[in-house]
Amino acid sequence: MRAGFVLGELGTGLRRNLSMAVSVILVTMISMYLLGLGLLAQRQVDTMKDYWYDRVQVSIFLCVDGSQYAACAGKATTPTQREQIKAQLEQMKPPVKEIFYESQAEAFKRFKEQFKNSPLAEQATERAFADSFRVSLTDAGKYDVIVSSFQGAPGVGRVQDQKQLLDRFFAFMNAVSWGAIALSALMVLCAILLMATTIRQTAFSRRRETGIMRLVGASNATIQLPFVLETLVSALIGASLAMGLLWATVSYGVGGYLSKALMDTAFIGMTDVFAVAPWVVGGVAIVAVLTSWFTLRRYLRV
Amino acid sequence: MILFDAVTKTYPKATRPALSEVSLEVERGEFVFIVGSSGSGKSTLLRLAIREERATSGAVLVAGRELRTLPDRRVPMLRREIGTVFQDFRLLPNKTVFQNVAFALQVIGKSRALIRQTVPETLRVVGLEGKEKRLPHQLSGGEQQRVAIARAIVNKPAILLADEPTGNLDPATSRAIVELLDRINRSGTTVVMATHDHEIVNDFRRRVIELDAGKLVRDEADGDYGKTTSAIPVVRIAEDDPDPADSVEDGPDAKRATGATGATGATGGQR
Repeated sequence: MRAGFVLGELGTGLRRNLSMAVSVILVTMISMYLLGLGLLAQRQVDTMKDYWYDRVQVSIFLCVDGSQYAACAGKATTPTQREQIKAQLEQMKPPVKEIFYESQAEAFKRFKEQFKNSPLAEQATERAFADSFRVSLTDAGKYDVIVSSFQGAPGVGRVQDQKQLLDRFFAFMNAVSWGAIALSALMVLCAILLMATTIRQTAFSRRRETGIMRLVGASNATIQLPFVLETLVSALIGASLAMGLLWATVSYGVGGYLSKALMDTAFIGMTDVFAVAPWVVGGVAIVAVLTSWFTLRRYLRV
Repeated sequence: MILFDAVTKTYPKATRPALSEVSLEVERGEFVFIVGSSGSGKSTLLRLAIREERATSGAVLVAGRELRTLPDRRVPMLRREIGTVFQDFRLLPNKTVFQNVAFALQVIGKSRALIRQTVPETLRVVGLEGKEKRLPHQLSGGEQQRVAIARAIVNKPAILLADEPTGNLDPATSRAIVELLDRINRSGTTVVMATHDHEIVNDFRRRVIELDAGKLVRDEADGDYGKTTSAIPVVRIAEDDPDPADSVEDGPDAKRATGATGATGATGGQR
């Protein structure tokens, strides 16, 4: 079939079926926007993981007088014990990368600084803090090596890993993003059903035309092509609009607002949108073609 | 050109076969009338010839192809060698005369140059010069059928099948249409026409094949319409309207046929 004729018929078909085409476009757009948001949220989690895991430290809290840690048995860490812990840490490079020592007074000062806008800062007393070794690791996953070496060692109150705290936060983010993806799956189902219904309707309203095509010996591909193309074009328009919305969300929402409001965190950027886009658009194209193919097999006699 | 060998066709859930053990042969260049009352199997015979239906048993050979074993993907090639005309014209209402005829070539991938050359030629053959830009509803019934015939022959098929092409037309127009089919036949196309119109069959004196309740009861060269079983209403059926009983054979198009009758009647009244 000639390209010009095909395009002409495609234009006429979409114009005659405008409301149907618009509904397919909108439903595809919303479902793909949701899917895109879900995927981007996951990439956000990954970005933050990369950012934060480089910065997480394992804290080895030492004992102070009247310490609340059971392992201390109420006795403060002796300078010998402290030196021993330090020496042991030095021996563990790698995975130990750097070792910082923070005294009780320094920890208290840092806390006051961090929570200066909160009533917590006024209520806190220096006694609630402890001396600690803060250890950064070459690989955040290796933290259990530190735990097993120092938990219960003489003079060690408690070993705490910041990664555990972060993981809880990331698990929450992950759940939210999966929620968005699940919702979008539902919307994709809607889109598929709508495409199928549209094709059924169109096949019915064009049965005279397709009947003539069959009679004069048009090939099956020729008869089905307009239906597939109309669905594909509508779906692709919807997907492109969804990508436009995602772009706007990331560009204005994340880039323009969030990243300025929360300076000390890494955020996804346009590269992430461009990484997601081909999968979403390609997925839509495959779904549209498969849906129309299955529907036509069932509802268009050729 | 067309060979039926002991062909039986039983539709699902039907009590008796629509065609039963029918054998016939139509040579290249022949003109054949198929007559018989409604439900006698005329339309089924034509539908078998274009592989709209598959025979339940027996062999159907058309244009050198065995249709019972012809794979689905080859059916379009078969149909490009057969033109088909119906009682209800089946034109596309939003396309002009020219576009309706060109459509048949466009959908089988013919070039624009060929279309520009062939379509006006064909419209001249069927006598529709100067009406290329009309829409179907601006034409009389006879003119609409000429458009349908033009569409059927524009690809120069070897065979032209006409299923009651005059069923919606008045006697004078019917005669003109059959004369056109006769002219097309004289240029070498094999024509098979199913009809109820006894006057036309009697006047044209061509080969007549008569079906009755799915059986071939008569096949004579230079035949007449004969008495047929439904002798009394024959004249009325032929000249008035399509027999509703035919809807069994016409399948999903039956409703449209009735609609087209009304439309044609209205247009015919204006002229």
